[in-house]
Amino acid sequence: MIASLEMTSMDFLMWTKGPLFQLALTVFALGMLVRLMEIFMLGREHNYALPRGSAVAGGLRTLYRRFYTDAGTFKSAPFDVVVGTLWHIGFIVALLLFIPHVELIKATFGIAWPALPNPVVDAITVITLLGLLAALVHRLLHPVKRFLSTHEDYVIWAVTFLPVLTGYLAYHRIINPYPLALGLHILTAEIFLVVLPFTKLTHIFTAWVARYYNGATFGRKGVQS
Amino acid sequence: MASPHPESPAGRLAPPLRLQSKPLRQPQPEPSLGEILRRNGVSRRGFLKFCAATATLMALPPSMVPAIAAALETARRPSVIWLSFQECTGCTESLTRSVSPTVENLILDTISLDYHHTLQAAAGEAAEHAREEAMNANQGQYILVVDGSLPGPDANPGYSTIAGISNYEMLMDTVKGAAAVVAVGTCAAFGGLPKADPNPSGAVAVQDLVKDKPVINVSGCPPLPMVITGVLAQFLTFGKLPELDEYRRPLAFFGQAIHDRCYRRPFYDKGLFAESFDDKGAKAGWCLYRLGCKGPMAYNACATMKWNSGASWPIESGAPCLGCSEPNFWDAGGFYDALSVPPGRPGEALLTAGALGAALGAAAGALGRRKVKTAGLAHQAVTADQLEQQL
Amino acid sequence: MTSLGDIPVTVIGPATTLNFGNALPVLSEVRQALARLMETGEPAQIDLGAMPFGPGDEERLMQLLGSGEVTATVDALGSTRIRETAFGGVWIVEYLNADEQRVGLHLEIDEVPRMLRPQPGDLADALAAIDARLAEA
Repeated sequence: MIASLEMTSMDFLMWTKGPLFQLALTVFALGMLVRLMEIFMLGREHNYALPRGSAVAGGLRTLYRRFYTDAGTFKSAPFDVVVGTLWHIGFIVALLLFIPHVELIKATFGIAWPALPNPVVDAITVITLLGLLAALVHRLLHPVKRFLSTHEDYVIWAVTFLPVLTGYLAYHRIINPYPLALGLHILTAEIFLVVLPFTKLTHIFTAWVARYYNGATFGRKGVQS
Repeated sequence: MASPHPESPAGRLAPPLRLQSKPLRQPQPEPSLGEILRRNGVSRRGFLKFCAATATLMALPPSMVPAIAAALETARRPSVIWLSFQECTGCTESLTRSVSPTVENLILDTISLDYHHTLQAAAGEAAEHAREEAMNANQGQYILVVDGSLPGPDANPGYSTIAGISNYEMLMDTVKGAAAVVAVGTCAAFGGLPKADPNPSGAVAVQDLVKDKPVINVSGCPPLPMVITGVLAQFLTFGKLPELDEYRRPLAFFGQAIHDRCYRRPFYDKGLFAESFDDKGAKAGWCLYRLGCKGPMAYNACATMKWNSGASWPIESGAPCLGCSEPNFWDAGGFYDALSVPPGRPGEALLTAGALGAALGAAAGALGRRKVKTAGLAHQAVTADQLEQQL
Repeated sequence: MTSLGDIPVTVIGPATTLNFGNALPVLSEVRQALARLMETGEPAQIDLGAMPFGPGDEERLMQLLGSGEVTATVDALGSTRIRETAFGGVWIVEYLNADEQRVGLHLEIDEVPRMLRPQPGDLADALAAIDARLAEA
């Protein structure tokens, strides 16, 4: 049998949708659960003092309370609060409420939820892209931020930006042929998944753990955090 | 129609397609198409109409009609040899069901279809003899049309033979004297159903084997009849190969995705989707994306040329596009799964890896805990004096 | 055995009440072509077979175009029906084959459609034919 060596755009799409997607999911699930289980198993050091309040209630309260930015943070870094919130929400909405993504989740996990109309997701995607670009520019121009930024910060910015960008290009059919555009989008999403457990992107999951522990520690002491 | 002259193209070939009964090669130069038509009493207006319909057939704008007329005036008729390999005859069925007999019969009759073993009366040795005769008479000039995939050179040739000749041998032998090869149907173009996993017959596409001749792929399962004749008409009219895409398909027919020419596209853009085959959206004719429509990645002319003399086409009748003109469409995931859904069972991979990860993480966590515990147990009180002594 | 009529299937008419929105863009293309014809004298043809029409779109376009004063039939290689629309200079040209099946549907924006004009060469042939007739007489 003669196999042709050059890869067509359809081969590329089938490769990213098939074996590569399975591989990315495997690396993501394996890596992320190793990290989370390790954190949970380690737990917190036993506190022998008498509790003065509920740790659980404190933890849950902080999980929620942290959504509100305190006045001090907003005053010192209004750009980060506004732009950061904007693109984070945009990213999550585009990820979870775009119809093709809902179909993908339905096929993978067997659960589904209502989605948003395409034009709404489209507008949100544009806001997300602009927000991410603004965040990068701010990071590069702000001397303190720039000093604090590591290579990893730029890598995860790119890894986050690319799936949104390629998704936008594929939806608007700006790259042709379409299988190439869709394949690129899936590939960048897979890179995001693979990189996630091994970089700061783990905050997607660990932020909630940290918030809870923070709140629980203070809640036990009877203090609000 | 022109006077039914016994030699008139229209009179000689009535639908369904009939083959010319005997070889017609004369030593003198053949008359041009324009001459043939005029000799048969087709008026200049008739010729203009023929050109207008040919432009439609070739998916060219009407402004090209004068150029088509000029080209057809001098066009000579090419000889066509049609080989059928591992196929279901759907492509030939499609071709013979083309419903504009005036134009297509003229074209197909102008084209001398010298060998088509499904359509010709002769069989076996006699048919093979006709093929060899046509090959010899038109050495280097005939168009070779192939439908169906064929077992590759390393596969068991016994999966498909004609008159005891393996498909591979027949293709390689016939392609030598061809001017160009037209692979009709997804099987010939990309391997199609025979090549679908697990591909028991070792099927390959024509372009996998033919490397030294131009190959034009006319994919589809089956291709639109107008597209098959349109490609042949284009070759006849302009005497050269059409512009092709990355899969060697003529851009005139395969240049745009179904999605981009679909009348239901506005519903996609507005986010209005049918979610089952009989819900409100399906009845209102909304977009079929969620029911598995592959229109966004399928490149074909169905949305404008339509089927059954323009009566309808799959999406208009409420069925999602299967993407039959694309390579590997049989293995590219479920027909009724949305385009974004990957083939196979990614959920299982996710769960397995997740369970394994959880176990590994738990083990690592337990190990860490034990380390902390043993460290705690091994803890001994130290005074500042003792430390100073150690220094 | 029940009769066919007992099968609870009813035919609901095609979704012609829907507007797929493809008729109006064609009309504005016609408008542009007409303006060009006035300014430069350049005629135009639009192949309606190449339009991504949904069910009912063609009927809607025909309604928009309306009908004018002229209808003509050309008998050559099957018949060709030509109709003037309500807009002068905008013609519907429907090419039919010998079996009266449509092989093409064009809009022509021209003073006279191409199919109605004598074709190049026809005038010379006609002159020769008349001369021959005169010589006979």
